[in-house]
Amino acid sequence: MKPSKKDFIAEAEEIIEEVGSSVLELQEEFSPETLNSIFRSVHTMKGLSGLFGIKEITDLSHALESLLDDLRLGKIEITGEIIDFILSNIDILKNLIDQVAEDKAIDDVSNDVREIEKFRGLAGSKDKESSLAATGISESILKVLSEYEEHRLKANLGDGNGIFLLKTVFELTDFAPQLEELIKRLKGTGELIATLPTSQGVPDGSIGFNLLLGASYPLEDIKGKTLLSDVEQLVSPKLSQAAAPESKTSKAKEASLKSAATTVRVNIDKLDGILNTINELMLLRSALVRISQELTESYGYAPLAVDLYKISQSIDVKLRHLQHSVLDLRMVPFSHIFKKLAQVVRRYTREAGKEINLNIFGEDTEIDKQIAEEIIDPLVHLVRNSIDHGIESKNERVALGKNPQGDLTLKAFSRGNSVVIEIQDDGAGIDPDKVLQKAIEKKMISKEQVLDRNEIINLIFAPGLSTKDGVSEISGRGVGMDIVKEKITSLGGFVGIETEKGAGSKFILTLPITLAIVKALITEVSKRRFAVPLTSIEETFIFTRDSVQTIEGREVIELRNEMLPLLRASEAFDLEEDIRDEYYGVVVGVGQKRIGLVMDELIEQTEIVIKPLGEHLKNIPCISGAAETGKYEIVFVMDIDAMMDEAFSKRKNNGSRGTKDV
Amino acid sequence: MLSALIVDDSETTRSFIRSLIEDVAEIDVLEASSGFEAFRVLPGHSIDIIFVDINMPDINGIELINFLKTNDLYKKIPIIIISTERSREDMSKGMALGAFAYLTKPVNPDELREVIKKALNL
Repeated sequence: MKPSKKDFIAEAEEIIEEVGSSVLELQEEFSPETLNSIFRSVHTMKGLSGLFGIKEITDLSHALESLLDDLRLGKIEITGEIIDFILSNIDILKNLIDQVAEDKAIDDVSNDVREIEKFRGLAGSKDKESSLAATGISESILKVLSEYEEHRLKANLGDGNGIFLLKTVFELTDFAPQLEELIKRLKGTGELIATLPTSQGVPDGSIGFNLLLGASYPLEDIKGKTLLSDVEQLVSPKLSQAAAPESKTSKAKEASLKSAATTVRVNIDKLDGILNTINELMLLRSALVRISQELTESYGYAPLAVDLYKISQSIDVKLRHLQHSVLDLRMVPFSHIFKKLAQVVRRYTREAGKEINLNIFGEDTEIDKQIAEEIIDPLVHLVRNSIDHGIESKNERVALGKNPQGDLTLKAFSRGNSVVIEIQDDGAGIDPDKVLQKAIEKKMISKEQVLDRNEIINLIFAPGLSTKDGVSEISGRGVGMDIVKEKITSLGGFVGIETEKGAGSKFILTLPITLAIVKALITEVSKRRFAVPLTSIEETFIFTRDSVQTIEGREVIELRNEMLPLLRASEAFDLEEDIRDEYYGVVVGVGQKRIGLVMDELIEQTEIVIKPLGEHLKNIPCISGAAETGKYEIVFVMDIDAMMDEAFSKRKNNGSRGTKDV
Repeated sequence: MLSALIVDDSETTRSFIRSLIEDVAEIDVLEASSGFEAFRVLPGHSIDIIFVDINMPDINGIELINFLKTNDLYKKIPIIIISTERSREDMSKGMALGAFAYLTKPVNPDELREVIKKALNL
């Protein structure tokens, strides 16, 4: 069976993500295991792309693999420069994978491959390692070591570590888990250089493993730590090394081994399938409630009817629990996102020639996997923006009396039903005068228009303002602030900004924790019910019919000294208006672009699961889906973005019906 | 029927070699993704030829070859090393331990067929 392109992309993305975070780990602290795992991953990538015949990815992985091989064999010395170089090539690989995923033409990589080859040639080679012949380690061991293992042995000797041979015997039927257990135990003791299987002097049905360990402890300690009695000391450790601390990376490795064994990967569609089934079960539960109510109405509080009601209540509790458990499965910690952003920061800081101190808070905050994927690009843009336009160059900062090192802080935390992400820098901040000037230049606003400071600053999110000029290599990659905002809004979130000229900017993104379940306000218009996602709602208010004014053919209402444009939901959906004295206003949107949706009644706040409309209905404007409210009733979910567009395009057409002009 | 064992951590390579072997003769092909897995597969089967990669997790190909060549049950089974050009030194160590032949990746199908025939006296 030929695997599909989807399989390739899924696996390739997983590999590349792993490689990316390993390289970062390497940047923090060198560990031969991490380097070797990067080498292996790139090797796997090469094989994978080879199978699918994607030559560009194969070629680049091949070149990269050669470089990594030189590094892990100690032929080239590890420097920050090389790690950055590898990171940039990982980015190129990632791009290629994206191109495959999006069915785009794949970039030519012959230049990149040449660059890597050149780099291999230029990189300083390490001093020749000494020969192993004089160490007293027997030829029977040396002859089976691979080049890499030999190199690790030499490196351990060079560090003054002792070399030990741990002899173990296991039953052939279940040696693997026991051996793995032992290897785990070794992690804190030293480096496992090689695992040598043997059948010499081992009873039938058993298998022996001689483990070659490099460690700084004396023989007795090794025996104590490994709980093994048959340990041979091949080379004794140099004494000054005796109290070497346990390595941090080996601990991390241990944890990751464990997670590999207890984690399963699930396609998000499957989880959605389960959620749908739960939803349908909830509908059935509602039916049970209805039946029990009807029974009560007809026969009074008959014991059976009461029982039925009780049971349906228990089912409800369990279903909700199940629903939350499934939703929980979709959650991923922010650490993934932050790792990627840290990568971006490191890379672009260097390119921009600035010095930036990155602070990260809230790595454990969780967010829906789907949202996590969607917000990466906007976040990358915001981070680049801070590096490029926010934080000043070292010289400028010194001249301004600031710390030469800029501060960039990424923070994630949950607040109620939302997750808040903050990106804060202590850079130049946004100058409202410049924004205003530019907006006038671009004819986005007229000179006569009077805007307050907030409105001016929010103009940076308007399409067309963040243009190419003055945008450098770094953030000038076609994504403007308007796209950032559009993306966040489409996810049901919003973007805020706090900025002060000279002191820095803080972008605040508020996003729903999950896309699968949404808190919504159920409203009624012309006797029909609609759900409005709570994340879109700023506030609600009651107003009387005669407080509505019409300005330039457009209905508005004065709310706290500001004019709020109104959109009658009945009009948007072409329903016959239910004329009444009092209406409810639901304020949606942010900043300048806010409207009040006019509703007849507000019914309740509830959690809904939005389901897409089928083929025939999907083009209905201003409706994003349907949901059931747990009362065996289907409501349509308003598409607030579309409603806003509707409202603002109406500005010209003028559609005042049945309202009172003032 | 003859049977072969392929020990390689890359599924791609395993399936590629499998298809070539099956091309040559009626051979039952077993696969192992690591040396450890090979230890589990070996006792239950009578194997006529083994293909071994060098760079693998757990134990490397040289260590596996050494194990096989020092075990009375397996020492007569011909071993073909299949690895990359970069592992040439490692391959020569494997040859010194008694492997029958080595092939470099990407494997030339004709060469592989030739080697199988020789190893199995076909």
